[in-house]
Amino acid sequence: MSNPTLVMYEEEFQEVNEVIGRLLKEANAKVIFLVDKNGQLISGVGETERFDTTSLASLTAGNIAATGGLAKLIGEKEFSILFHEGEKDNLHISIVGGRVILVVLFDNRSSLGLVRLRVKKSSEELSAIFEKLMKKSEEREKRGSSDFPFAEITDDDIDNLFS
Amino acid sequence: MSFINYASREINCKIVYYGPGLCGKTTNLQFVYQKTAPDAKGKMISLATETERTLFFDFLPLSLGEIRGFKTRFHLYTVPGQVFYDASRKLILKGVDGVVFVADSQEERIDANIESLENLRINLKEQGYDLDKLPYIIQYNKRDLPGAMSVEELRRELNTTNVPEYEACATTGEGVFETLKAVAKLILIDLKKGK
Repeated sequence: MSNPTLVMYEEEFQEVNEVIGRLLKEANAKVIFLVDKNGQLISGVGETERFDTTSLASLTAGNIAATGGLAKLIGEKEFSILFHEGEKDNLHISIVGGRVILVVLFDNRSSLGLVRLRVKKSSEELSAIFEKLMKKSEEREKRGSSDFPFAEITDDDIDNLFS
Repeated sequence: MSFINYASREINCKIVYYGPGLCGKTTNLQFVYQKTAPDAKGKMISLATETERTLFFDFLPLSLGEIRGFKTRFHLYTVPGQVFYDASRKLILKGVDGVVFVADSQEERIDANIESLENLRINLKEQGYDLDKLPYIIQYNKRDLPGAMSVEELRRELNTTNVPEYEACATTGEGVFETLKAVAKLILIDLKKGK
């Protein structure tokens, strides 16, 4: 397959949440999401309960995919930052480490300049965590480590889901 | 490409409904949405034109329950079927875990089915996937229409690789859940193999 399965472990999940939690405060943002390029929500901090996070993740990934398509058409690799300005709330969307999407939702208590500045710093930290995560998954795969929860499921387990 | 989160104990998979324009992909999702308990589904999103033709995609998140302590979630997507939306169609296939090809059983749509199926193979290949190695099933939709071809004929034209096939009428819901269950099961069996 073209992409290996993305696996998130407890340790890296906490590290990721620390970084975006800090970014939330430093950028004075309302909500921050991390989304996989395929539309799966990885994590979110802030006023997440006010939003339909699953839909947000899917549409963000669709948005990035569509602008990525546009970029290729004009000979660019990708547009790494998107900014959507609303009457009250704004969205700053950026690609981190070529793989995940960082979404920052903010209002007039913050500014685009501040968000851009803080996002840049956090992106580097997030990139490093995801790189570590990829290496970890690869190593585990090489070792044939069987902590994969699905290796032991039975046909009955699968059938039970549909009963 | 599924996403496994050990921290929140979740497994997320992506299913794409593919097929020619007006074959009933969106109708499949709408039926699933209507018949699913509110706590097991999220909001259905349709990015469509004013005449209700899919412009980019439909999206429906479903949670099926737990396997060995892991919540299993399926994200259902449809592609825009109309030929000229090919660039958008390619994007939706990114990270796909399983494909349902929805065929229109009407005789006059057989060429459109064949063209769409070829387009599916080509677009998957561009993303580095091989249709024959993916969890993949065919649904013969619109079985209720008078101009429907026989399943044998459809099979000869569309199912040369002999994948699981289901008859359906998406407007009444016949065969819709059977199709979904079948592809979800194939994906889970694939995951079990650790692909």
